[in-house]
Amino acid sequence: MAFYILKRLLAMIPTLIGVAVLIFLLLRVVPGDVVEARYIGEGSVFQSQELMDIERKKLGLDQPLWNQFVTWMWGIVRLDFGLSMWTGSPITEEIELRFALSLQLALMASTVATLLAIPLGILAALKQDTWVDYAVRVFSIAGLAMPSFWLGILMILSMLIFFHWLPPMVFTPLWVNPWENLAQLIWPALAVGYRYSAVGTRMMRSAMLEVLREDYIRTARAKGLWLKMILARHALKNAILPVLTIISLEFAFLLGGLVVTEQVFNLNGLGMLFVEGIARRDYTLIQALVMLVASAFLVVNFVVDIAYAWLDPRIRYR
Amino acid sequence: MAVTPQTVDELTRAEKARSRWIAAVLDFARQRPLGAIGGVIILVMVVMAATADFVAPIDPLATDYGAMLSAPGAEHWLGTDAYGRDVLSRMIYGSRTALMVGLGASLIGSVFGAVIGVASAYFGGRVDLVVQRIMDVFFAFPVIILALAVVAILGTGVGNVILAIATPMVPRCARVVRSSALAVREMPYIDAARAAGFGHRRIILRHMLPNVMAPLLIMATAFLGEAILLEASLSFLGLGVTEPTAAWGLMLRGAAVEFAESAPWMAVFPGLAISLAVFGFNLLGDSLRDALDPKLRIQ
Repeated sequence: MAFYILKRLLAMIPTLIGVAVLIFLLLRVVPGDVVEARYIGEGSVFQSQELMDIERKKLGLDQPLWNQFVTWMWGIVRLDFGLSMWTGSPITEEIELRFALSLQLALMASTVATLLAIPLGILAALKQDTWVDYAVRVFSIAGLAMPSFWLGILMILSMLIFFHWLPPMVFTPLWVNPWENLAQLIWPALAVGYRYSAVGTRMMRSAMLEVLREDYIRTARAKGLWLKMILARHALKNAILPVLTIISLEFAFLLGGLVVTEQVFNLNGLGMLFVEGIARRDYTLIQALVMLVASAFLVVNFVVDIAYAWLDPRIRYR
Repeated sequence: MAVTPQTVDELTRAEKARSRWIAAVLDFARQRPLGAIGGVIILVMVVMAATADFVAPIDPLATDYGAMLSAPGAEHWLGTDAYGRDVLSRMIYGSRTALMVGLGASLIGSVFGAVIGVASAYFGGRVDLVVQRIMDVFFAFPVIILALAVVAILGTGVGNVILAIATPMVPRCARVVRSSALAVREMPYIDAARAAGFGHRRIILRHMLPNVMAPLLIMATAFLGEAILLEASLSFLGLGVTEPTAAWGLMLRGAAVEFAESAPWMAVFPGLAISLAVFGFNLLGDSLRDALDPKLRIQ
């Protein structure tokens, strides 16, 4: 097991290097750079070439590509992500608060998704092929179909029209004012969580159907065990694993992938930062963000695999 | 042309083939009512997109500053937007954009994905390993981030958006296709083809690809809905289809949110169109998966 863990951890390295190369090259292919974005953004099109060259030199953009890449990678090895090319402050500082927001939102959305998926999936499995099953299915497919940003707009709209109330639009960290914080984040969490519950619901249903046909369930029934007890103690334990897996895997993407929802709820999360960074051609910032999201994805993947082996004694890795 | 017994024979055969096809569709509809509903939604959308020039009551680009933000009524059934453009007409034309982007991205994504997936499975060994590692790299990116990066490189507009959406789909499709292709590779007819001295290209394109069509088709249908959603998201961010083209995501942008309280029709109807379209594709895709792929069938 220890060997397997080590192997998996080492296998992450080439993938991360691949991610680094890919985003590094992609950004260099994007027309323009941070210097151009700044001066042209300020309207002074006639900025002297010399001045721009000096700026580029300061940022190290005049170096050959491989040199820039090696410098960046060497920084990462020392856990130094460098300075934002746009603001000049350390990347870690730029990301910190936004990461807290995105992490909290991702956690809340995953919780919503889990709380919806598990009971709905069980319900659909127990009432297979009845109208309940169909209703659950339509509900979850509808969740997949509705863009969560539109759901967000509808939420804000209906709160405005029916309650004449708007959720707070300025982010307050949880530790400053938990009430204010939750009043703001619960809505995007609901909108996003509903969408991500759909896959989980389907998974829960099919896993439950499969488990309910197992011999040990029949045995439990035959010995006259209470149905609720069978579900809670025997069936759920075995059926829940794939559902938790799929929701945790989505979690990693929720961290950086909620670009549009953040926009609707005016949340300054990682997604928003990404869009800003692209518009400003802030290479260092985007690179750090992408590495962060990719590592989160890989780590979650890894943890899920290990958790599997730990929870399910039938699975053993070598 | 003289009517020979042969042509009559051919005609009846064609007729039979057609009636068999219709019977298959009817059968599908009877067994999978949800899938049939999805099919009908898509059919309506396709017809709307094809006949937009006749169906849409008003030119979708015509601005009417006298009727800005007017509520749904006799003249503008679903109201107008901040430029006085007819919401209904823009929605009808928007179906054209959505279908174009959806079909385009899904087609490009699944073709490239299928070829990469099949080739990776066919060659196996080191090639497979390298291709899979590269796919792993793409998998570590959230879909929308990859799409945004491609838009940043290529710029906005329908064609570029299609490519941007197809990009993250390629590795996902390649993975699914590869796993089915691995099974196909072991089939005796592939050995036979190899023994007959056919080249790699011929074996991949003529022998393997047709045999992974079922999962590919399922994948492509599922992609369609996702592509429409993604296009809406990109357009909503202002990084997708650009004004004045009628696109659903674009209609939700800017003024639709600003004036949401006084002119909710601008925000409600286009979103409804997106949801309905994606809903249709998802329903159809789901039922198609159940019907076509016994391996994936759930109970």
